[in-house]
Amino acid sequence: MKALVAVKRVVDANVKVRVKPDNSGVDLTNVKMSINPFCEIAVEEAVRLKEKGIVSEIVVVSVGAKEAQEQIRSSMALGADHGILVETADELGALEVAKILKGVVAQEQPQLILLGKQAIDDDSNQVGQMLAALLGSGQATFASEVKVEGEKVQVTREIDGGLQTIELNLPAIITTDLRLNEPRYAALPNIMKARKKPLDTKSPADYGVATGSKLKTLKVEAPAERQAGVQVKSVDELVDKLKNEAKVI
Amino acid sequence: GVSKVLLADNAVYANQLAENVAGLIADLGKGYSHILAAATTTGKNILPRVAALLDVSMVSDVIAVESANTFKRPIYAGNAIATVQSEEAIIVATVRTTAFDAVAAEGGAAAIEAVSEAKDAGVSKFVSEEIVKTERPELSGARIVVSGGRGVGSGENYHKVLDPLADKLGAAQGASRAAVDAGFVPNDMQVGQTGKIVAPDLYIAVGISGAIQHLAGMKDSKVIVAINKDEEAPINAVADYWLVGDLNEVVPELVSKL
Repeated sequence: MKALVAVKRVVDANVKVRVKPDNSGVDLTNVKMSINPFCEIAVEEAVRLKEKGIVSEIVVVSVGAKEAQEQIRSSMALGADHGILVETADELGALEVAKILKGVVAQEQPQLILLGKQAIDDDSNQVGQMLAALLGSGQATFASEVKVEGEKVQVTREIDGGLQTIELNLPAIITTDLRLNEPRYAALPNIMKARKKPLDTKSPADYGVATGSKLKTLKVEAPAERQAGVQVKSVDELVDKLKNEAKVI
Repeated sequence: GVSKVLLADNAVYANQLAENVAGLIADLGKGYSHILAAATTTGKNILPRVAALLDVSMVSDVIAVESANTFKRPIYAGNAIATVQSEEAIIVATVRTTAFDAVAAEGGAAAIEAVSEAKDAGVSKFVSEEIVKTERPELSGARIVVSGGRGVGSGENYHKVLDPLADKLGAAQGASRAAVDAGFVPNDMQVGQTGKIVAPDLYIAVGISGAIQHLAGMKDSKVIVAINKDEEAPINAVADYWLVGDLNEVVPELVSKL
């Protein structure tokens, strides 16, 4: 079967971002960009399913700026076969991205659609669920284990309080959680090979989706700073501070 | 504050499968201007599906309400706060529970109405559930949280060192991603950007260095205490009090002096 994986180019997880002085957003100039960590886990899972002989072809799609090509190429270096970049300079909302992905699904007809549970930039955690709704498919969010069995897939999900296992008909949408797998590193020969793999460029209009969003960001501010704390030298001092200064115990 | 309760009691909604529940909420929701849920794993699973069924954008993890259609929400692991305005006719949003006080559990008067609609979307099935049993307070709502990180060394040591402290304080227990990934404790105890968001009166971080992703889950706690052997640990920058020392000695001493 064919698998489709959606990946997003985001600020690297280890970068501490800074808000722009005019409060229009965060400053992304000269900041290291990477593939969103949850998307990387989604690519890895697709590659593992391919290695098990369950998946025969992996298509990777990214919606965004031209530079997102880099993240598609990295995914291909990990084992994806084919890339699609839906290029747009506009900021898109989760709903618009889901609509574009719906168009890609209609074209590619994958049986498994893998996404990360959330992008670490906007922290929305919406696209997979929205795509599942638009397709009328089943969804397994926050997946920590995926087992394909015939025309069904069993997924264990990380929920508040523990784990839940559900079974979905294919085609199904799965969004990955941290514990699903440990993504591999791309080997140099595979990085070279990835350059020759096909990468199509499309536009949102190709899928009949207008860009923009009905969610407007009015401003972006830095969070309130915490007051500087103090180092205590002994457990006695700590207990005293907690009892008499902070009065929390 | 609740004026009406709609009750859909049907086997198709057992286990809160998103496909079935979202269909119901979207149908009922057409007559409302706002559809809200807590930003729990259940809320996060279901509401985006509802929003897409209604063809509207959605606002995740609201921490402040500015007006009927303008909200504040954290982005970039809480390193920035965005004010967003929705131009949708129906506003669908999840709410960060630690940012709002709970309403009184009594004194309300609401009529209960049964909802007869029960459609099974037919694409998903519940198989099983494995819920972690604990006698301790629930992590997201606890007044005191004691968390352990990689520094506690092992699952055995986590319990040996931190259980007595949590018992003494009546605290909930949490963990950093490193401690969860190393298998010290189960996943649902993870505090952070991708785990639980907590804001207790007192958060005690033991053996946690304080990665951006962990801070995102606890830096709104009222008082933060860090116990770490590393003087340079990033957690100290957000801690109100930090103590540099070996947690295996410091924590038992703390327990004996409380």
